Order: sequence, then structure tokens, then C-alpha cells
Amino acid sequence: MESGFPLLTLIIWLPIAGGIAVLASGDGNRSLSRWMALTFAVLTFVVSLGLWIGFDSTTAKMQFVEHVSWIPSVKVFYYLGVDGISMPLIVLTTFVTIFVVVAGWDVIRYRPSQYLAAFLIMEGIMVGVFAALDALLFYVLWEAMLIPMFIIIGVWGGPNRVYATIKFFLFTFFGSVFMLVALIYLYFKAGSFSILDFHALELGMTAQVLIFIAFLLAFAVKVPMFPVHTWLPDAHVEAPTGGSVILAAIMLKIGGYGFLRFSLPIAPDASASLDWLIIAMSLIAVIYIGFVALVQQDMKKLIAYSSIAHMGFVTLGFFIVFSIVRHTGGSAGSVMGIEGGMVQMVSHGFISGALFLCVGVLYDRVHSRQIADYGGVINTMPWFGAFLVFFAMSNAGLPGTSGFVGEFMVILAAFRADFWFAFLAATTLVLAAAFTLWMVKRVVFGEVGNPKVAALQDVNGREIFNLGALAAAVLAFGLWPAPLVNVMHTTVQNLVVQVGACKLPTAEAAACLRGKPAPVASLAP
Amino acid sequence: MTFNSANLLPVLPEIAILITAAVVLVGDLYLKEKDKGVNHALALVGLLVAFALTGLVGGGGRVLAFDGNVVRDLMSDVLKAAALILSALAFIYARPWLKDRSLLAGEYYVLALCAVLGMLVMISANTFLTLYLGLELLALSLYALVAFDRDSKGGSEAAMKYFVLGALGSGLLLYGISMIYGATGSIELGAVARAVAEQGTSNKVLVFGIAFLVIGIGFKFGAVPFHMWVPDIYEGAPTPVALFVSSAPKVAAFAMTVRMLVEGLSALHTDWQGMLVILAVASIGLGNVAAIAQTNIKRMFGYSTISHVGFIFLGLLAGSAQGYAAAMFYTLIYALMSAGAFGILIILSREGFDAEKLEDLKGLNERDPWYAAMMALLMFSAAGVPPTVGFMGKLLVLEAVVRVDMVWLALVAVFFSIIGAFYYLRVVKFIYFDQPTTAVPIVTTCAVRATMTVNGLAILFLGLFPAALLGLCQAAFR
Repeated sequence: MESGFPLLTLIIWLPIAGGIAVLASGDGNRSLSRWMALTFAVLTFVVSLGLWIGFDSTTAKMQFVEHVSWIPSVKVFYYLGVDGISMPLIVLTTFVTIFVVVAGWDVIRYRPSQYLAAFLIMEGIMVGVFAALDALLFYVLWEAMLIPMFIIIGVWGGPNRVYATIKFFLFTFFGSVFMLVALIYLYFKAGSFSILDFHALELGMTAQVLIFIAFLLAFAVKVPMFPVHTWLPDAHVEAPTGGSVILAAIMLKIGGYGFLRFSLPIAPDASASLDWLIIAMSLIAVIYIGFVALVQQDMKKLIAYSSIAHMGFVTLGFFIVFSIVRHTGGSAGSVMGIEGGMVQMVSHGFISGALFLCVGVLYDRVHSRQIADYGGVINTMPWFGAFLVFFAMSNAGLPGTSGFVGEFMVILAAFRADFWFAFLAATTLVLAAAFTLWMVKRVVFGEVGNPKVAALQDVNGREIFNLGALAAAVLAFGLWPAPLVNVMHTTVQNLVVQVGACKLPTAEAAACLRGKPAPVASLAP
Repeated sequence: MTFNSANLLPVLPEIAILITAAVVLVGDLYLKEKDKGVNHALALVGLLVAFALTGLVGGGGRVLAFDGNVVRDLMSDVLKAAALILSALAFIYARPWLKDRSLLAGEYYVLALCAVLGMLVMISANTFLTLYLGLELLALSLYALVAFDRDSKGGSEAAMKYFVLGALGSGLLLYGISMIYGATGSIELGAVARAVAEQGTSNKVLVFGIAFLVIGIGFKFGAVPFHMWVPDIYEGAPTPVALFVSSAPKVAAFAMTVRMLVEGLSALHTDWQGMLVILAVASIGLGNVAAIAQTNIKRMFGYSTISHVGFIFLGLLAGSAQGYAAAMFYTLIYALMSAGAFGILIILSREGFDAEKLEDLKGLNERDPWYAAMMALLMFSAAGVPPTVGFMGKLLVLEAVVRVDMVWLALVAVFFSIIGAFYYLRVVKFIYFDQPTTAVPIVTTCAVRATMTVNGLAILFLGLFPAALLGLCQAAFR
């Protein structure tokens, strides 16, 4: 489906142009830069709603496709398009960016125009990552994303920011360069950089395994999965509030998105034979990191570890597919696993974003993130206390909030694969409740801990707007997740068919775990 | 050899540079101290005229002149144009530095123009003799330039080292050339290629000759293990000279390598490929690792150059038209990045102060946000982070290597780029995350600011739209 109006291009370049404009406005007139940034952020979100409205959820084909030559001699195209997997994530990105802009409103005193510009530019790049259908374009944007984040953490971060930001950059860079080699190899085999061509490419088992590992390095660092998660707590703790929000709400999702767009469809046979590795890493993340979160003294660190545990659910949902086929002989339920992972990603975007905003609210007032420095906040900040308790509950997966939906779907799917997977995954319901609610208890409830807490002012209008909007989203998708699930349903079904098909060449077909049905029809428009 | 128009036309750019050098040499004698700026203007005009002439006589098929001593083809057009532009960048950045130190004398421009002439001769050489003549003209001018600031002990020391090691490199190269001449009976590249195709590797003299040629090339490029002079020269030479040494001559060195290995000895590709693999891996590895330990930024750039040279060799050793084009692309953008990075150091220097330590970049964003952004772009590009052109260069080179089934080389290269990313990031860290240690304002001329803007934005622009430059590089090897 070729659409006449380049909507995706607009959503990518509008915030980037806005960022440049904000940068050009300088720091002389702060309110001008702020209002400009907010206008561009809201405008981008409004435009991106056009994606949701115009989206046809009955087809798995790429929509809003744009295909323009970029580097002809290497056959690289400016090739954009969205399906049911990328579209919700794009809207999530544009949605969350608004709150980041609002959250930095008058907290950021040092060069606010550069700060806001960095976030707007980053927004455009992240949308581009989700929309890119050309592997090279994807890679360029994927790496370009690091530059603004590197600067955001390094300039506006906490005391140990330089260590954190360099660690962040090098970890991610380490993962992705191997992906680059894999992409070049695929280009060499497929003759083009189109991701859809990669999907249709037949690959031997050795090549698939190596490609899978290269992708795993890139995406596992980004998600992040145990044991390459160590950059995340550091980056979160040192990042300014907005940086933490974007990191948790969007950047981690890009890792999960990578698994769905690259690992599963390009190397399905390697994924099938190595799924135990991902499942093991996911379960370790859920349980071990859950325990690690329990002992954190720093609120941001606690939420960071909680993010890792929740993302473990996402990867578990994505890779449970093969186990389900092996144990039940059919693929029923595998759609639910992947959809559960997707819902979990979107929901985690809201909840973790909101939790970081909550910590930001406290930090702006007290300048401490230590749990021990608080206590009895509810006495001086009743509104804030209510919000924090609500988001904590949804983080723990309380039914009625979006946090419950995704986890429930993944656990249900895991049951079909193996009782013990489901059992271990379900421990999160206890662990997440334990670490979040315990934190809430120590921060929010009890007697007023110290004079600083006694002097706290409750949330102001901007903060209520931020937290209220996110709370509404959490509640809406918790009570009525159907629209989100419907949008992605066809695409996910198609993905399950894709990963169900064996991609090994005929010579190796004997090694196929799942028979060799007819090749998947190309989705190229 | 006759001096008719058919012979003279292809070498018009060289003639223009020679005339400019002569004019500056004589004219300088009649200039008062306060009018020395005229030298600068004259030199730039000379480069501009040569650039225009390159375009005028360029294009079209391959032309041989002076009995096959000189060749003009698409590659020479592009590389000459690039060398001239890069030299112009070097002149523009250097002017305030020279002026502040009362060094804005004619000698600088005469020597630099002679070096440019040497580069042009190298680029369009079609015999080993012409190549060697160009190389020596370039090298001798550079030795003198490094020692140009007479009162600088470091400069004199660096020049001495450069001279001794450079002479050694030239000697080895000449030795290799003599062996190849002995084996093939010709110094003309076409004739050598034909003779080599007949003999193959059966002739051991030929194989030895290649070994010495590759060593010579390694010396001139500064590839490990023949790299020892690079960090010392970069550190010791005056910053504008280091800028000059690090950018345009690499373009000429690339031309020399292509002329000798590709045009002359492509039949022995498998022999020199193995040698280049060793040089490339060692350069990328040592360059990136050693750069981390540096506190002197000029020295760090020296090691960084070594690692970039490794990448250029990666493209060359692939042995395909694609690989050569990728290597050429990489050489051009490397030279552009290097010119820009040293340009920033010159901008940060002022009378009585040279920016040489990494700390000197502290808080650049506070002092001048625009230059800070340009330097950050240059550093991200050198690290190979998209959307800058440095990424495109690495991508093309890696693609060429993967295409000849050397995936392991690509993996080694990207592994060391991760290590390399660290020290480039550290520069960005100093620029953005630290507070300035000095309150002295950064004063620059409009010309420098405009040039740096073009230079920095070109890094971004070429990264976003590499098709045109890449097309030129590919056309050169079609």
C-alpha cells in the first residue's frame, strides 16, 4: 500500500526540525524555547495519531510505505513503513516525549534549549528506527540515537554521569557493531538492504546461528537482558528525569522490537534451536533481578532493576513460541505470547515512565533519590502519594491496570509451553509487588521522616498533567486492552506463521524442526 | 619527450602550482612584514587555479603524457581535486596561527606548495620513477615544514626523526622498485603489469620486490609496524604542519599505493593481500589501543590516524573495484576529518599558547557552542557513528571485505572500533561535560569560522548523502 502523503517522513522530521529550531532559539528566551519544544512535541503526537487512525489492522502488509533511493550504488533506500508491531511503538514514542518536555519545564536550568532540542531530535530518530524497513537506514538511526542520549546523560546527569554515559555508549556500541557485520552479510546474500528481503532469505544453520548471536548481542544489550544489563542501573541513576523516562519507556523497547523485526523472522531456525538461551536469560532476569531490586536503596536504581525484570517478560513472551510448538504440536497460544510481550512493552512504557517522573518530582524538591531520606510523604503530598501508589500497583501487575494484561498473557502462553516456565515467571507477581510496594511503604507512608519531607509542596499543575495523563493511559489499556491487541493481531499472526516456516536451504531441510511449508509470501508492497 | 600541448595539457594543474610556488618565492622578497598576508592570498589563488584546471582538463578517458611517464584518469582528477581542497583547508586554518607567531613568511607557502606539487605528481604518476620523484618532493618539503618553527625544540626533533625514518622508508621503497625493475625490465606501470602477468610468482625477485614496496608503503602511510614516526611527528610538529601532514599527503599515498599495487602488480594480488592483512589488523589494533593511553591530543590523533590507515588497507586488500572505491572514499573522508580536528586545535591555540592536551578542550561548549558541535561531529565521525560520514566509510570498507569472504577481518575491525570509540568519546566528554579551565575567549576570523562550518557540516552532509562522492570513487575504478 503506497500512501500518497509521506506521513512517516513527517513524523520523523518534524521533531528533528523542531529540535534544530529550538536549538537556534538559544538560551536567551527560555519560555520561548520551552513553548516551541512543547508545540513541536504535541504537533508530532497529533500527526502520529494519523497513523493509528489510518491504520488497516486487517492486513499484515507494511503500510504508509515510502520508498526513495538514498545511495543507489549500494542499493540503499530511504524505505519506511509500519505494521502492527511498529505502529503502536511509534505512537508511544510521540506520546511519551510530550511528558519529557513538560517534566523538564523549569527544572532544567543549564542550557534548556540544548536539552529540549536533544529530546526532540531523539524523538525523530527513535520514530525512524521503528519505521525503517531498510536495514542500513535502521542501523544508521539506531546508532544515531546514542549521540543525543550520550549528551543528555553526560551534560544534565548526576554526579557520576561521565562514567555512566560512557558505559552506556560503549555497551550499546559493542552490541550493535556485530549487528552491522550481520547486516552486511545479509546484504551480501540478499542483494539488497531491505528487511523484508532478509525475511524471505534462505539461510544455512551455521549462518543463522551466527546472525542470531550478532543480533542477540545488539538487542540483548538494548533490552537489556541479564547478564549485559549492568549499564542500565548506572545510566538511569545518573540520567536526568527526562533521560530516564526516554530510556525506560522507549529505548528498551527498541531492543524488544529488534527481536521481533530481525531475530525471529530472519533466523527462525536458529531462534528455535537457541530459544532455551533466551528463555533462561529472561527467567533469570525476572527472578534474580527481582531479588536485586528488592535490596536497592536508591529509588531510581530500584525502578531500573524493575524495568529489567519486566523486560524479561517481554523476551520470554517472544521466544516461548517454539516451546509451545514443541510441547503442544500446534502454535495456538504463541500469538498470545508475542502479543503479551508487545502489550507489556507498551504498558511498561507508561508505567516506568510515570515512575521515573514520580522520582523526578521528589528529586526536584529534596535532591535525593535515597529511599531512606523520605518517609511519610503522603502527609505533605497527598496527590503525589496517590499517584505513586497507583503506579506502584500497576508496576506490580494489579488487575485493572495495563501492567496486568501483558504479564497475564505471557504467563498464560508460558503455561502451554511448560508449567515450570509459567511458575517461575509468575513469581514476578510476588517479587514485583514486594519491591515496589515496600519502596512505596518506606517513601510514602508512615510518619513524616525528616524536616525536608515536612516542608514538601504537593505536585503542581504541570506534574499533575504528566502523571494524570499517564495514569489515564495505564487505566485505559488495563481495562480495555482490545484496541491495542487488535491493531497488532494480524501482524503477530503473520509473524508466527513466518517463524513457523523453516528457512534452511533444501540441502539442510532434514534438520528442520518444524517441517518445511511453502515459503512465506513476501510482504513487500 | 616533446613539450607540445598534448603533453602539457594534462599537467596544467601541476604547472599552475609550480608557477605559484615560484611567484611566492620571489615575491616574498619584496614584501614588507605587514604585507605578508599577500603570500597567503597568492597561495590560495594558486590552489584555486589548479583546482579549476583539474576540472578543465579532467573528465573523459585515460590520457598518457610524456612518453607514458604521466597519466591522467578519473582517479587522478578526483584525488588531485581532493588534495588541492585539503591543502586549501590547511592554509586557511594555519593563517591565524602563523600570524600570531610572526611566521607568516613566504617559506611556509613555498614549502607547502612544493609539497602539493609533489602530491600531484604522485597522483598522476605512471612510472615508478615519476612516483618516486613526486614522493621525494613531497617528503623533503614536509621534513622542512616540520622544522619550520626554528625556535621550537620539539619541532626540530620531530623533523630529524621524520627525516631519518622517512629516508629509510624511501630507501626500502626504492630497493623494492629496483628489484621489480630487475625482474620485469621496465619502470612503466603498464609494462610491469604485463611482465608480472606472464611471470607470476615464479620469479622470487619479484616477490621480494613486492615485500619491499609494501614496507615502503607502510612507512609512508604510517601502518604498524612501520608507524613509529607518526605519533612523534604529530606531537612535535607545529599544529598547522601536523594538520597538513595528516590530511592531503594521505590522499597522495593512497594514489601511490593504487598505482603500484593495483595498476602495476594486480596479478600478484594474493601475495600483497596477505601482507596488507597483517598491516591492517596490526594498525587497527595498535592504533586504537594505544590512542587510549594518550593525554596529548595531537599524539592521540597520530594513533587514530594509524587505525584509520588500517581501514584504508582493509578496502585495498579486498582486491575488488568495490574495495578500491571504498578505500578511496575512506581516504578522502579521513583526510577531511583530520583537517577539521586539527583545525579545531589551531582555533583553540592563541599567541603563546598551543592547544595540545586533551584538557585544553575542556568546556568548549561553554566557550563556543558552534565549534563544540563541529568537533563533536568530527569525533563521532572518526568513531564511525552514524549519521556521520565516518560510518559510511567504515560500512563500505566492511562491505568490501565481507564480499570477498573475509568476515573475520570485518569482525576484528569492528571489535577494535569499539575500543576506538572510547577515546573519541572522551574528547566529546571534555567538550560537553566539563567546565572550561580558562576564561580566555576564542577569537577566530570569519574565514576560519566559515571554513570550519563547511568542514564540519560536510561530515554530516556526506554521511546523509554519500551517493555523489561514492559515485566519483566508483567511477575511478570502473
